[in-house]
Amino acid sequence: MSGNELTKINGTAVYIEGNDIDTDRIIPARYLKCVTFDELGPALFFDERFDEQGGSKHHVLDAPERQGASILISDANFGCGSSREHAPQAIQKFGFKAVIAGSFAEIFHGNSTTLGIPCVTMADEDRARLAALVSEDAGHEVMIDLENQSVTCANQSFTIAIKNSTREVFLQGKYDPLDALLANGQAIAKVAKSAGYV
Amino acid sequence: MGKNLYQKVWGAHKVCELESGQTQVFIGLHLIHEVTSPQAFGMLKDKGLDVAYPELTCATVDHIIPTDNQARPLADSMAEKMIQVLSDATAEYNITYYPPQSGSQGIVHVVGPELGMTQPGMTICCGDSHTATHGAFGCIALGIGTSQVRDVLASQTLAMDPLKVRKITVNGKLSPGVTAKDVILHIIRLLGVQGGVGYAYEYAGSVIENMTMEERMTVCNMSIEGGARCGYINPDQTTIDYLKGRPKVPAGAAFDKAVERWLSFASDADASWDDEVVIEGADIAPTVTWGVTPGQAIAVNETIPDPDSASGLQKNLIVDALKYMKLKAGDPIKGTPVDVAFIGSCTNGRLSDFQSVADLIKGKKVMAKVRALAVPGSEQVDAQARALGLDKIFEEAGFEWRKPGCSMCLAMNPDKLMGDQLCASSSNRNFVGRQGSPTGRTVLMSPIMVAAAAIRGEIADVREVFGIS
Repeated sequence: MSGNELTKINGTAVYIEGNDIDTDRIIPARYLKCVTFDELGPALFFDERFDEQGGSKHHVLDAPERQGASILISDANFGCGSSREHAPQAIQKFGFKAVIAGSFAEIFHGNSTTLGIPCVTMADEDRARLAALVSEDAGHEVMIDLENQSVTCANQSFTIAIKNSTREVFLQGKYDPLDALLANGQAIAKVAKSAGYV
Repeated sequence: MGKNLYQKVWGAHKVCELESGQTQVFIGLHLIHEVTSPQAFGMLKDKGLDVAYPELTCATVDHIIPTDNQARPLADSMAEKMIQVLSDATAEYNITYYPPQSGSQGIVHVVGPELGMTQPGMTICCGDSHTATHGAFGCIALGIGTSQVRDVLASQTLAMDPLKVRKITVNGKLSPGVTAKDVILHIIRLLGVQGGVGYAYEYAGSVIENMTMEERMTVCNMSIEGGARCGYINPDQTTIDYLKGRPKVPAGAAFDKAVERWLSFASDADASWDDEVVIEGADIAPTVTWGVTPGQAIAVNETIPDPDSASGLQKNLIVDALKYMKLKAGDPIKGTPVDVAFIGSCTNGRLSDFQSVADLIKGKKVMAKVRALAVPGSEQVDAQARALGLDKIFEEAGFEWRKPGCSMCLAMNPDKLMGDQLCASSSNRNFVGRQGSPTGRTVLMSPIMVAAAAIRGEIADVREVFGIS
């Protein structure tokens, strides 16, 4: 037991509509100028939320009743484009603990997993119903149950999908793979040699 | 049953199965740069870890470096700091680093191949999604995040799940004026920006086989835009001819031995793929994007799509894209006014890209209202282009000839669009705000199509502008 086991994530949610939301939108490139990720929270979806003079565009993320939300819901191919880990870092620093979408771009999915942000997928119809519930009432709690692969909200239950290996790393609390990778030094050295690199 | 290249390379680099069910995979070449890597060294320090195989990592600067004045310290203090952190870390950990003026600095995905670091059968990764480029040599080349950069620095391995493989065969031959860029834009248009999620793309067929290595790099580069984590082309004689004599490639008997090994990674004739798609080269026209994803593309002579041709979220995508791009459904894309022309990037910033444009623009002039930038992908590309006098041809036509870097592909340096300027761009992403202005508009196309747009001051058909038939 590593103490990081993640089986259930619950909290209020925000739905950001749209397929193919790319990581440039999640965090514009100018915020990539940093040597640590600590300050990225406020930059999340910045150009969607503010105009060029800094005026609010009244984005759902800034709605008073949505503050403190911990689950982000979106649509297909979420996180496509640039590999910037700044995107899931900004999502996490903003306060989100999990993302539900129609599908995820692979690199975003991998980056999020390593940071301990479960990315789970949900079929279109179910997701539309969940998004409607959440959009209707900001107070609705959403609960993601990784063990049973379900999401509940307002007494309704939905099925989610998550790759087995990804689910396992959350349930085991081993989503950061570094320790597991470092444990195999001899086997690594063997492959380095057999594959002709050393 | 034979194996495809992906399966062979995966097998040769597999360290073990992890408890989670993921596979631990050895990474043969790790490229790092100043934007996504400095933070990883901080993570190593926090954990008290060392770099496991420093000789398998190589660094350069590309994303943030200005392409006009590169004198240090840089005017942008944060850019200066990021470059300094990278420079210090490479010195501390004994990692090869190519800074500006070293003769080998440039965009990581241009530098790796031109120095011969990228070789068939390798696993390659970099904190940049366009690492897919290296697949042109028959590598599994993956874009990764910063925590994974940390993993590779510390262990030279990654925890991964295997991808499925889709073979995309492009038969026949391309028509005059149609380039490798058009091939990949056409593929993404057909299969969609989500089509490749979960897949590696294997590009095959006579069109691909007849491409030069630089053209193959253009195709593999944009695999990620099609949703595929990586794309590759089987190594062949073209690959070997390109590699021979490059600085990091073995010579003499060792070269012959390497060739034998390299070719052994090619997909077997009786291999199987998880999916197969066949495309006719003759069906591909000069292609341009009209929207805000690389899949929102049409042939230059087509009209802009109607939102009513789709429904639901897909319809919303079209509506939003047209609004952002200030374009109207049903209009021809040809004739759309252009403010900026950009030739460069890891997609199209290699010598042959500039050569093909120079051949067409010699003696012609960019329209006065258009700001035109030519940004070589590396110091080597710059030097080779200058030796051929290409810089002069570009400058005489009205282009600015800049120093190497990513430049206006992602506009992290001072090269940015202003306001809602529309840019004819040889880069790879037309996302909202991608080129540095939150309202800036990008139309992706081949370098010779950018040249046509620069000269006409509007989106134009390269075949008409330069009389190609």
